[in-house]
Amino acid sequence: MSQFTLNLLVIGASFALYIGIAIWARAGSTAEFYAANRGVGPVMNGMATAADWMSAASFISMAGLIAFTGYDNSTYLMGWTGGYVLLALLLAPYLRKFGKFTVPEFIGDRFYSQTARIIGVICLLIVSITYVIGQMTGVGVTFSRYLQVSNSTGLWIGAALVFCYAVLGGMKGITYTQVAQYIVLIIAYTIPAVFISLQLTGHVLPQLGLFATHDASGMAFLAKLDQVVTDLGFRQYTGHHNSTLDMVLFTMALMIGTAGLPHVIIRFFTVPKVADARKSAGWALVFIALLYTVAPAVGSMARFNLTTTMWPGAQAGDTFSQPAVALSDIESRPDLAWMRNWQTTGLLAWEDKNGDGLIQYYNDTATEGPAAEMAAAQGLGGNELTTVNNDIMVLANPEIANLPGWVVAIVAAGGLAAALSTAAGLLLAISSAVSHDLIKGTLRPNISEKNELLAARVSMAVSILVATLLGLNPPGFAAQTVALAFGLAASSIFPVLMMGIFSSRVGKEGAIAGMIAGMLSTILYIFAYKGWFFIAGTNMLPDTPDAWLFGISPASFGTIGALINFAVAFAVSAVSKRPPAHVQDLVESIRVPRGAAGAISH
Amino acid sequence: MSEREDPSDMSDRHSSNAYWQANLRIIYTCLAIWALVSYGFGIILRPLIAAIPIGGTDLGFWFAQQGSILVFIVLIFWYAARMNRLDAEYGVDE
Repeated sequence: MSQFTLNLLVIGASFALYIGIAIWARAGSTAEFYAANRGVGPVMNGMATAADWMSAASFISMAGLIAFTGYDNSTYLMGWTGGYVLLALLLAPYLRKFGKFTVPEFIGDRFYSQTARIIGVICLLIVSITYVIGQMTGVGVTFSRYLQVSNSTGLWIGAALVFCYAVLGGMKGITYTQVAQYIVLIIAYTIPAVFISLQLTGHVLPQLGLFATHDASGMAFLAKLDQVVTDLGFRQYTGHHNSTLDMVLFTMALMIGTAGLPHVIIRFFTVPKVADARKSAGWALVFIALLYTVAPAVGSMARFNLTTTMWPGAQAGDTFSQPAVALSDIESRPDLAWMRNWQTTGLLAWEDKNGDGLIQYYNDTATEGPAAEMAAAQGLGGNELTTVNNDIMVLANPEIANLPGWVVAIVAAGGLAAALSTAAGLLLAISSAVSHDLIKGTLRPNISEKNELLAARVSMAVSILVATLLGLNPPGFAAQTVALAFGLAASSIFPVLMMGIFSSRVGKEGAIAGMIAGMLSTILYIFAYKGWFFIAGTNMLPDTPDAWLFGISPASFGTIGALINFAVAFAVSAVSKRPPAHVQDLVESIRVPRGAAGAISH
Repeated sequence: MSEREDPSDMSDRHSSNAYWQANLRIIYTCLAIWALVSYGFGIILRPLIAAIPIGGTDLGFWFAQQGSILVFIVLIFWYAARMNRLDAEYGVDE
């Protein structure tokens, strides 16, 4: 059976499963559409949250981000998991007790202000729409790679599928498809990781293999990797090279950004009790950690395999003990077919610059050390593996490790599951903000339950269409949007929710001023270095560590934005009126779990 | 929600205040550990514990890529269990 047929079968089967679930889990009321009738158990919700959270970026890109940077990018691992501690301790149980359907609804009620609610909607829409563009692009790319269709055809197929279960089932349909998608994506991620760990270290668990002995050389795996990459002129893998302050701030921005993402928060509205919301955050992190503790092993081992493919001598002995891989081998050997496959996608490229018939992979910016000496001795005109895309570390992993075709097909289905599950969660956050906060909350307060459900479905359909069109023509800044989405969630949404729960003193003036100050300062800082709306050349300051204020990178600024938000909110509250008595009572009530079940009725 | 039916009832207010203070103390403890394993051992204090070797690198690297995540999981489940007990002690459980 050809690889294409296998891919088609596995992806087709996973889609049939999702559609079956969609038909089974139709929503009949707004409570089902927005919050799955608050009947999702904590383990099930944890699994759905894990799929909701782990996007195309987590599945496809994160291992590569760690692989080519090493220790310094541990920030992603800690940042994208530590946020769940904040959710469990500071937000999820109290917002569940509040017992409504959307994040802006809490902001509006707690700060007794329609303006605050609308600002909350604006923050939510900016964060979620920038985030969903990346997911839709990911769906298109995965389809085109594995099913030989164009990007746009792939995108429309993905959109039609999300349409089926999101419009029909709302949160209920999305929850159960996310559970199925989690299972698909975690199997897809784990199988190649286990094989690659077995091949290199003999350990079944990649988490242990990472710190074990590399069989072929007898050295500790990480020590061997450090040796090989430094021989080639790259930075030591386990070394700490970036600014410590920026690492701390970036990790913090990812943590509080994660805790402030509306599509993650609303998942905790679906559990029956406050105690379940706390426990469910723990389960979510267990399921997320199954991927996140494997990712650093996948990254480092895939990088090692790639490097030893280019320098066969490095496998067991010194890096330069054998010549580099021959161009003729890359073009003909069956076990290097993956290089030819990925060359056609543009994610991998090589060029024999000095015409010696060998492809030398090294860091040509290093001016001294073994790599520079080797380059001088062999008369090289620069690095000859000219393109190595980060994403290849996961996508090509099964082929690099010579795994059977069905593993490749499962990885394709896993990539699609990761992108589709996150897209559906984001689309629900967007459409419920439109139908519940804007239509019912502001424009048509007297709308009937039946019409609100219809409005929710129409908003969902429109959101899918808009996201698809944006995915077809991604604005030039699509790649930069992660910094923006996390920066804004960290600087606007997280602080206002936290103050709403932990302070009974902060009132509407403080909250509104804080949100605006946090959001604007973060947007301005990012645009000042990245260009206005990310348009290249419009940046007012050069985007280099020397030019950053106190060495703080634009991606880390969400932490500072959050501090500005808190400071402004408390300062303004100190000189404005205390919140009225009914709001003081609301704060008292969300702080105690008893009565959460009664709050279901809306 | 008996403590909310009559906001002027000082004894219930007091009890819910004591519950909240106890909750805050538990949160502070958890956040201290949360920060210690990630920002501490994983980043800032890594040079201090660099002498402890683990699989070709040092303990700080392990905390940054594995240990902090495992501690986060334990923290959340511990917090959830501790709060269930606290809810029962103060009679505010569901």
